[in-house]
Amino acid sequence: MIRFDNVCKRYPGGHEALNNVSFHLPRGKMAYLTGHSGAGKSTLLKLIALIERPSRGNLVLDGINLSNVGNSKVPYIRRNIGIVFQNHHLLYDRPVFDNVALPLIIAGFQHREIGKRVRAALDQVGLLNKEKSAPITLSGGEQQRVGIARAIVHKPGLLLADEPTGNLDPELSREIMQLFARFNDVGVTVLIASHDLDLIRQMGSPVVSLNKGLLSHNDLEVTSHG
Amino acid sequence: MAKTEGNQLAKSSPFKAWAINHLRTFIASLGNMTRHPASSFMTIAVIAIALALPTGMFVMLNNASNVSIGWDNSAQISVFLKARVTEKQAKKLMGKLRLYDDINQVSMIHKKQALKEFRKISGFGDAIESLGDNPLPHVLTIQPVVDANRPDKIRHLIKQLNQQKQVELAQLDLQWVKRLFAMLEIAQRTIWVIASLLGIAVLLVVGNTIRLDIQNRRQEIEVTKLIGGTNAFIRRPFLYTGLWYGIGGGLFAWFLTILSISLLDNSVEHLANLYNSGFQLQGLSFSEGFNLIGFSCFLGLSGSWIAVGRHLSEIEPS
Repeated sequence: MIRFDNVCKRYPGGHEALNNVSFHLPRGKMAYLTGHSGAGKSTLLKLIALIERPSRGNLVLDGINLSNVGNSKVPYIRRNIGIVFQNHHLLYDRPVFDNVALPLIIAGFQHREIGKRVRAALDQVGLLNKEKSAPITLSGGEQQRVGIARAIVHKPGLLLADEPTGNLDPELSREIMQLFARFNDVGVTVLIASHDLDLIRQMGSPVVSLNKGLLSHNDLEVTSHG
Repeated sequence: MAKTEGNQLAKSSPFKAWAINHLRTFIASLGNMTRHPASSFMTIAVIAIALALPTGMFVMLNNASNVSIGWDNSAQISVFLKARVTEKQAKKLMGKLRLYDDINQVSMIHKKQALKEFRKISGFGDAIESLGDNPLPHVLTIQPVVDANRPDKIRHLIKQLNQQKQVELAQLDLQWVKRLFAMLEIAQRTIWVIASLLGIAVLLVVGNTIRLDIQNRRQEIEVTKLIGGTNAFIRRPFLYTGLWYGIGGGLFAWFLTILSISLLDNSVEHLANLYNSGFQLQGLSFSEGFNLIGFSCFLGLSGSWIAVGRHLSEIEPS
């Protein structure tokens, strides 16, 4: 599903965020990405989501080499990725329902289908009764779950999460992580960046660790050519 | 991917999805504007005033041309005969002139008749009485064949008339009409210049409003890009907002024009009555009104297009 092959990312100004990173996350697998802040976790996720482009090396997502993707193709690739952000990135001028419906509207779903799918997604994150609420009235954990509902409502093949539990207490964090595990159970490939090592150890999925842009630990297979 | 196949089934066909998206945005952008009624109305009012001004001038100019439109054909040459020319000689000349190709019609104002009319109109009856002799000559009035493309023809005719030995002076009464037309043309060009400048102003107003709108919705744009919104999808609501400003501004400008004309109507009718004229102020016709709205839509759309082109690409998720 995701294949990193000697990927380097150097930002303008010379900062090397990723250095020769290679790993392979197979389809349907779940993995954690750990490392100190500044180790390159966010950069790695941004490369997958095409927010940044690799400076060197190959990054293949679902059979597509992302180095060769033109800007006009980017939206269509992103539609198969659900992204969960640390700070939720919700739109506060509209109710929960409209926030969750956004990916479906972009993809051009029919009205009736949108209602059905949004409620199914809200049901999965346990917020079915909050569809009319304004996001600002929800707690941090609830807002994060709205963000997750939005990330999975269009049933993407890949779910990325950047510090999804960053602002939550341990109990809520575990709930959120278990939610991700449930999506993985139904076949979604999941990659979660987190620095919460205690929690990750409890969850028991493979871990990929970065240290100053270098791969320091890898439970997944290393990319083999061919 | 197995999951995307399921997605395809529930998704509308690409064209239908595209049409649904357009309709949705078209209505949603109007809804967005009604959420800030005061600022939306002010933008629309600025557009409307900027458009109503040249439109009103255009209407007045049209009316002025309408008043003068009959005058072009009523070009008339007055031929003042010499004082010693008798009625018989004058009639003979008249017969001769009737044979000219360039002349439609000749009629004669007898000097007695002229004196009678002059006495009646001028109110100098007594003074004229005291002159004893009739100081007025016979006058022939000639309707030339008017060929708008050949003004030199009339000039040539006048020259010929002036060479007749019975003729004191032949002159064209068209000169002032020509001057009027020249002035109308200047007025028309002035209006075009003003309209162009105000059109640019509308473009800038819409562009600036959309630019602010883009800045206010920066987060929404970033999020939309992150979850796979195409540039066209993100652009669309702003373009439709510009279109709505155009529609609103055009309609309001039309209304302002109608209002202004109805305010002037009474005074113009009064003036026309004083001239014994049945002249009535003509407002904007329907087709002109729709042209106004169409032009306004074009400006609104172009203004938003400029703003979107300049500012949307700056916003990329990071």
